[in-house]
Amino acid sequence: MEDKLSQNKILEDVTGSDYKYGFVSDIENDAAPMGLTEDTIRFISKKKEEPEWLLEFRLKAYRHWLTMEEPDWALIDYPAINYQDIIYYSAPKKKKELAGLDEVDPELLDTFNKLGIPLEEQKILAGVAVDAVIDSVSVKTTFKETLSKHGIIFSSFSDAVKDHPELVKKYLASIVPYTDNYFAALNSAVFSDGSFVYIPKGVRCPIELSTYFRINAANTGQFERTLIVADDDSYVSYLEGCTAPMRDENQLHAAIVEIIVMDNAEVKYSTVQNWYPGNKEGKGGVYNFVTKRAACKGVNSKVSWTQVETGSAITWKYPGCVLMGDNSVGEFYSVAVTNNYQQADTGTKMIHIGKNTKSTIISKGISAGKSNNSYRGLVRVSKKAEGTRNFSQCDSLLLGDKCGAHTFPYIQTSNDSAIVEHEATTSKISEDQLFYCLQRGIDAEKAIGLIVNGYAKEVLNKLPMEFAVEARKLLEITLEGSVG
Amino acid sequence: MLLNIKNLHVAINGKEILKGLNLQVNEGEIHAIMGPNGTGKSTLAAAITGREGYEITKGEIIYKGQVINDWTADKRANEGVFLSFQYPVEIPGVSMTNFMRTALNAKREYLGKPQMKAGEFLKLMEEKKKLVEITAKLTNRSVNEGFSGGEKKKNEIFQMAMLEPTLAILDETDSGLDIDALKVVAKGVNELKSNENAFVVITHYQRLLDYIVPDFVHVMYGGRIVKSGGKGLALELEDQGYEWVKEKFGEE
Ligand SMILES: Nc1ncnc2c1ncn2[C@@H]1O[C@H](COP(=O)(O)OP(=O)(O)OP(=O)(O)O)[C@@H](O)[C@H]1O
Ligand SMILES: [Mg+2]
Repeated sequence: MEDKLSQNKILEDVTGSDYKYGFVSDIENDAAPMGLTEDTIRFISKKKEEPEWLLEFRLKAYRHWLTMEEPDWALIDYPAINYQDIIYYSAPKKKKELAGLDEVDPELLDTFNKLGIPLEEQKILAGVAVDAVIDSVSVKTTFKETLSKHGIIFSSFSDAVKDHPELVKKYLASIVPYTDNYFAALNSAVFSDGSFVYIPKGVRCPIELSTYFRINAANTGQFERTLIVADDDSYVSYLEGCTAPMRDENQLHAAIVEIIVMDNAEVKYSTVQNWYPGNKEGKGGVYNFVTKRAACKGVNSKVSWTQVETGSAITWKYPGCVLMGDNSVGEFYSVAVTNNYQQADTGTKMIHIGKNTKSTIISKGISAGKSNNSYRGLVRVSKKAEGTRNFSQCDSLLLGDKCGAHTFPYIQTSNDSAIVEHEATTSKISEDQLFYCLQRGIDAEKAIGLIVNGYAKEVLNKLPMEFAVEARKLLEITLEGSVG
Repeated sequence: MLLNIKNLHVAINGKEILKGLNLQVNEGEIHAIMGPNGTGKSTLAAAITGREGYEITKGEIIYKGQVINDWTADKRANEGVFLSFQYPVEIPGVSMTNFMRTALNAKREYLGKPQMKAGEFLKLMEEKKKLVEITAKLTNRSVNEGFSGGEKKKNEIFQMAMLEPTLAILDETDSGLDIDALKVVAKGVNELKSNENAFVVITHYQRLLDYIVPDFVHVMYGGRIVKSGGKGLALELEDQGYEWVKEKFGEE
């Protein structure tokens, strides 16, 4: 509570009287002034004590961003974002560094409790390394020692820049260049923090890596940056989940995740996304514009994206796989739920370049209320990609008749040997199924939860056990009040 | 009296299907309801169990002394009303075990009892599965998904055995069953039968009534019960068909 008050105070100070005097370079300040200029970027970079090359990277990205236009092809509709009305950096004061998980914001812990998975219990039971990112700065990292024994690097992005600059420099923006898209350029200019993972050759990461993100301060955009590198013959399962408390203002979130997978390596990336979706009238909520991409650079490499998307007012997200290495495999398993006025435009891109590459897409959309839920996917097979196989299945489930579900599958094949299969279904939650549950004494809300979880099972089963439990609860909570 | 239906009128989409139906069921009784296709037998079952869209335009359903016209379907279920569906629906991805556990615990929650422990629940499942002779394979699968017609019906009886209802309505549970499965269904009913509960068995065939012996047989026609009698009435119907009913009460 005190935390928030002091933060608000800082924000007021910064956004209030001081602003008219222009840029405030006072290093004691924990928040950047509102708006985006080269000075804002210099402030962030200085604040984070970054090397010159990273500042240069940010500035180049910013200058490029200025030449770009916000994309408008997605099936989402939102009021224009005023990029000068956002605070691009804020950090809790240094003295707030937490000694233990019990010092993490009680609101956050409460949400975990509601989901039935208290953070601490999860840590102990599952041996999950937790790196909680609260408001742009890492406040807690555990299990570091276990990991370092294996030579695994798992740290905040900022720390990685300091401790392993050569690795960061080598791989940063190698998969998602800042020119990639509008939001990627923005993120590259102003990214605050995130995670860095490096799994050395031949190492199977013995624990699931997990990071919890959340937005905290009002008016603070979140620009996370994650970089995962799996060297030859390595394996890692990475979990990312986020919860955000009720918030009345729209919050911009534009993250980038880059994954690099070398020969015979495998990365499993799982997300449960639960940003604040806005209230029942569609007011507020997070705008989530995310660029996630994995490059299967090595032969026999493999990447799986599993996502459960329940939050955000706007979701714009297409985790993709660039299958460069021969025999490499890309997978995308997704459950996207929208309720009330939520809008989601999400899917995947599978780019087949290597020979005998395989990709699988399973997408389960669930729409309720007055929401809109679109699957948008691209399967591209390049000329040299002999023996490519793709299977896509995109299902939509409608709860009620005021919501929308759409499917936009794009298939581009330049190689005749490719086998590309696409299946799509749209169904309504049947009145028969609902009554069957009611007749057995199960109330309507629980019944919907049960049916929806059954429908999404194929995807939920891909999540690590302890995450799956949380995800199931989340689906039920998200659809609360969608029948009546 | 467990169930007292008085002058019940039910409409679907404004079309009247039940037209002044009366039925009284006491604890410890088994009632059979017979009648030609489309006379409203399933509609009656839906009205008693509180299915949405079945509008009671007139009359009362009194259960355990209370008018339940306005009760939700799940409340009725938790108060002990069970329907063995004529056409059990499939729920993909939801395992029978999970479904049954959710149902059982919903009832316990309603009654203010603590949730059943996993071990206790599994033991109960084993016991009831034996009773209706269904294999572990079925309960590991999703609710009714890919079940044969007969398996679906047996599964209904399994659920009945698990939930131990006070009033069980069996809507053509015997249709499509081979003789062995029919005996299993009858066994399920006869083992559950007590002085505290009652069964309403909707059927087209007298054959079932050899195994589940009814105290009363009712003939339904045109949304009403037009004739009631003892077990002998079923035999009569088997013999003569419904022509005489149609003649007497008019073609609809
Ligand atoms: N949803 C509906 N809309 C309109 N009419 C309906 C609906 N459901 C049932 N009916 C009609 O109500 C009448 C009674 O149907 P019901 O299913 O109760 O008959 P039944 O006696 O159970 O027949 P059967 O022996 O074939 O099972 C039929 O004429 C049927 O067409
Ligand atoms: Mg019927």
